[in-house]
Amino acid sequence: MVTASSIQTKDIWEILEQVTDPEIPVLTITDLGIVRDVKLNADEVEVIITPTYTGCPAMDMIAINIKLALLENGYSKIRITSVLAPAWTTEWMSEAGKKKLKEYGIAPPHAITRSDGASDSVIACPQCNSTNTRLISEFGSTACKALYQCNDCKEPFDYFKCH
Amino acid sequence: MISQMNSSLIDYTLHLADTNLILAQRNAEWCGHGPILEQDIAITNTSLDLIGQARNFYQYAALLINESKNNQGLKAPSPGGEGVGGEVTEDSLAYLRTEREFKNCLLAEQPNGDWGQTILRQFFFSAHQFLLYEKLQHSTDEQIAAIAAKALKEVTYHLRWSSEWVVRLGNGTEESHQRMLKAIDELWRYTGEMFLPAAYETEAGFDVSLLKGDWFKKIASVFEEATLPVPEKVFMQTGGKTGTHTEHLGYILTELQYLQRTYPGATW
Repeated sequence: MVTASSIQTKDIWEILEQVTDPEIPVLTITDLGIVRDVKLNADEVEVIITPTYTGCPAMDMIAINIKLALLENGYSKIRITSVLAPAWTTEWMSEAGKKKLKEYGIAPPHAITRSDGASDSVIACPQCNSTNTRLISEFGSTACKALYQCNDCKEPFDYFKCH
Repeated sequence: MISQMNSSLIDYTLHLADTNLILAQRNAEWCGHGPILEQDIAITNTSLDLIGQARNFYQYAALLINESKNNQGLKAPSPGGEGVGGEVTEDSLAYLRTEREFKNCLLAEQPNGDWGQTILRQFFFSAHQFLLYEKLQHSTDEQIAAIAAKALKEVTYHLRWSSEWVVRLGNGTEESHQRMLKAIDELWRYTGEMFLPAAYETEAGFDVSLLKGDWFKKIASVFEEATLPVPEKVFMQTGGKTGTHTEHLGYILTELQYLQRTYPGATW
């Protein structure tokens, strides 16, 4: 049992860094920027999270996994609070997270101004790094991804959309 | 004493939730039936985004309803949807209200028809939702503002995707063009309602009639590219926002609510 006086938010963050995304298991929830804050209220640990996409079905699973990780580490009073504002953005994804995504075969989000609503361009193939790629579909296997194909190595790949 | 404002806010939140849920349910009917795999995934992804929005609005409505009940007890006006033990939750609001209690726009409940009709329905809807959420993200109600600001990013995608399809089909083959003309004929009459505010909308929301000009401009520019005509004056069907629906909603709810009606309180 961990006593309240000995808890530091740093310890909690270290535990959260071990919790992975159920859909993209190479990324942790801290890589994704889902964890917005950790608070210690008396003897209770409060973890504040925000969903990536409004309808992301992984959020319930992520909340359960956070609880389990904290329980395993001896914390018993846990509160998971989900907030919507400010809205999650891929800008919160860590550089380490983007690197892991690419190694996993998913092109990481690449910010491009698109005030006119035009499609993202210059997405590099995670396999051969060629930027000669094309959009196959705006929507991929999960809400956060689009489907691309490399015109050079011909490999189809997922692109984690800017959001 | 519950204020008129609070009651309108509950109705308004339910209206936003219902419209998203019913369109999501319609789009989800395509699951496994899309014209090609990528578009099957696209339409069901859109459906998932809309369900997510619906959940956020239902959760907020449930919070408002339970609060007003606690303050007022039995005297509180009920929008329906009490679950086991009289408690209102996001699930009871979706699964236990009747057709007359649903406040969705008529456009959302119209049948899928062919792919062109589904696309056109999404385009009309997303063009409206985009403009609406642009305004609602600055709402003085913090929760509605937060839901709108977050969803706006997704709606931008829906609008882009559906616009591209309208152009592709309108400007495609003679067959696809004819089908789009038929879809316009089917659906145009349900677009006017989106800009005619119900009493609760005027009270709690944003004046949707102000969006009409920009919506029309968007439709006209995409239709021009798609070589499709913008209809002249057409009689507009209304009533969905206040619970008077077309014959389709009952069938949707029958399927959507079947499990909870047959096995009350069943959990996954």
